[in-house]
Amino acid sequence: MIQIFAFYLFAVLLIAAGTLTIMSRNPVHSVLWLIVSFFNAAGLMVLVGAEFIAMLLVIVYVGAVAVLFLFVVMMLNIDFAELRAGFMKNFPLGIAIALVLLAELILGIGAYGAGVLELGTPDGSAAPMTDKSNIENIGALLYTDYLFLFEAAGLILLVAMIGAIVLTHRERASGPHRGHQDIGKQNRRRPEDATINTRPEVGKGVKL
Amino acid sequence: MNYGISLYLTGPEIFLSISGLILTLIAAWGGQKSARLSTILAAGALVGAAVITANLLVNPSFEQGGDAFGGLYRMDAFGSVAKLLIYLAGIGCLVVTPRFFDQGREYRPEYPLLVVFASVGMGMMVSATDLMTLYIGLELSSLSSYVLASFSRSDERSAEAGLKYFVLGALASGILLYGMSLVYGFSGSTSYLSIRPAFEGTLGTGALLGIIFVLAGLAFKISAVPFHMWTPDVYEGAPTPVTTFFATAPKVAAIAMTARITLDAFGNQADAWRQIIIFAALASIVVGALGAIGQTNIKRLLAYSSINNVGFILIGLAAGTVAGASAMLVYLAIYVAMSLGSFVAVLMMRDKDGKQVETMADIAGLSRAKPMLALCLAAMMLSLAGIPPLFGFWGKFVVFQAAVEADLLVLAAIGIAASVIGAFYYLKIVKIMYFDEPADVVTGENGIAHWAVLGVTAIIVSPLGYLLTKPMGALADRAAAALFAVV
Repeated sequence: MIQIFAFYLFAVLLIAAGTLTIMSRNPVHSVLWLIVSFFNAAGLMVLVGAEFIAMLLVIVYVGAVAVLFLFVVMMLNIDFAELRAGFMKNFPLGIAIALVLLAELILGIGAYGAGVLELGTPDGSAAPMTDKSNIENIGALLYTDYLFLFEAAGLILLVAMIGAIVLTHRERASGPHRGHQDIGKQNRRRPEDATINTRPEVGKGVKL
Repeated sequence: MNYGISLYLTGPEIFLSISGLILTLIAAWGGQKSARLSTILAAGALVGAAVITANLLVNPSFEQGGDAFGGLYRMDAFGSVAKLLIYLAGIGCLVVTPRFFDQGREYRPEYPLLVVFASVGMGMMVSATDLMTLYIGLELSSLSSYVLASFSRSDERSAEAGLKYFVLGALASGILLYGMSLVYGFSGSTSYLSIRPAFEGTLGTGALLGIIFVLAGLAFKISAVPFHMWTPDVYEGAPTPVTTFFATAPKVAAIAMTARITLDAFGNQADAWRQIIIFAALASIVVGALGAIGQTNIKRLLAYSSINNVGFILIGLAAGTVAGASAMLVYLAIYVAMSLGSFVAVLMMRDKDGKQVETMADIAGLSRAKPMLALCLAAMMLSLAGIPPLFGFWGKFVVFQAAVEADLLVLAAIGIAASVIGAFYYLKIVKIMYFDEPADVVTGENGIAHWAVLGVTAIIVSPLGYLLTKPMGALADRAAAALFAVV
């Protein structure tokens, strides 16, 4: 019973949040609605017993949205005073969304504890392996059958990282310790080294 | 699955990966100063990988090849021969690189590192017997190539080349992946061995579309017409040693990979893929020959020349026989030597400040200022044109022979006709070098490394190369037979 209830709740909220994402005029609101829809999609995944995909949805997509946010803030010339004023205006909506997400989280955990939602009758090929969680199953496959590809994919990420550094990293313009504070050198300085008494002739001390 | 045997069979890749990781550490701690050291070490790593590959090739207990990691990867004579070519080309490119960057350009230890990782990816490509291995190998080598193309950061053209290559390469990867997903959907497996029986008889539109998309993605990687547009721009913009690399090793890898997927996975659908390959071959030969005529930049001209050569290589594949695959490998080997030689010759053309010279006008009368260089370049050009005493003729000969034996008479006839058009611009370079008024631009000195690579390739291309026909033919036959033995 609780699963059916949770399913309809997640599904309705997902569709509603998705609609609001494209309907709302304020892009910040859109992004918040997008997060809500991702969360609800993750909830649906939990209900069918695919907790790994649910986790990916939350970590990757919600994380990606956060990064997207950062980029928008960095790229666009945003007035921070205005943004702060907007923050107070958006605050109630943000709190409301957070509360809804919290409630869903509790409900989702409860529904997950109550077992997997039966979606039709599973036949042989698609039947869930119930003895292990699917994270364990994926891990077992990745580190045995697909070990070679998994490690090669790691190399691709390494090359991507090296490539990004090669193309963007620049050595500091000049001097080995530019902008570095050498405290020892500062302490070794004596007044004798720093000031010189020159006694120039009258009218010759400065160049005018 | 036996991990011991799997690790043994994937030895070249594992050795290169570990070398690459060590080079990463050297680059991280050594900084700019370690660039020369890591170039030498990277070349050494490629030599090591070549030795391991050769060792696998002659190992009697794996004469028929062997599967590694449950059929994801297959070590056989075909893959090993292709890998030897790739590693040799990689070594040749690394040897001529440091000198190029000495001229006030930035050289960093990441360059040899990326070449090593690209070689790992290419090794995976040629040995892949699973769509996933193919794709991961392809991405590993492509990603390294994108970075290499834009390695000269102060050069705008290099950045442009990298960006163009990246955007178009990503598009091609997308097309390839889409095709793979269709193939997987309609065959139920990503393994070549399982796709082959699943694709028997008349195919539905979806599966056919999958094959077409896969071939389109692969055609981009081998720069066959109509997916060649990126080639001249990337070849012109990328630093010349990188262009040398692009024109040799990745071409071998992509063509070997295409041969394996068409002959193994789509072996039962020969009629479906052969017409695509025949079209790509003909179009490449004609476009490569006509496009080169108006070029004034030598690197652009050589890019069209490589498109043209890919067409000839694809004729061997289009034959779809053991003889065709063998001819394709022979042509590939000769092509690598010719390409390496001509790009190194371009690399050696410097003005008195050591700046690179790239336009046709500047090499006028080269024969008087630099007779040896002009002679070597002329040999490369005449060989690319397929003029008989030189070794390039042999490659064209075996390919056309295979095509005729496979009843592709029309294809062979058009190919021969187009190669006459191609001869025009090769001869034009020779004419400019020998008979035009000297421009006296190319006067810079060159190091021993350049002369060594140019000398070796020139000897292979010269009539002395015919001494190689027998061992090369035997090796290519064995490799081609291994490709067909899987069935």
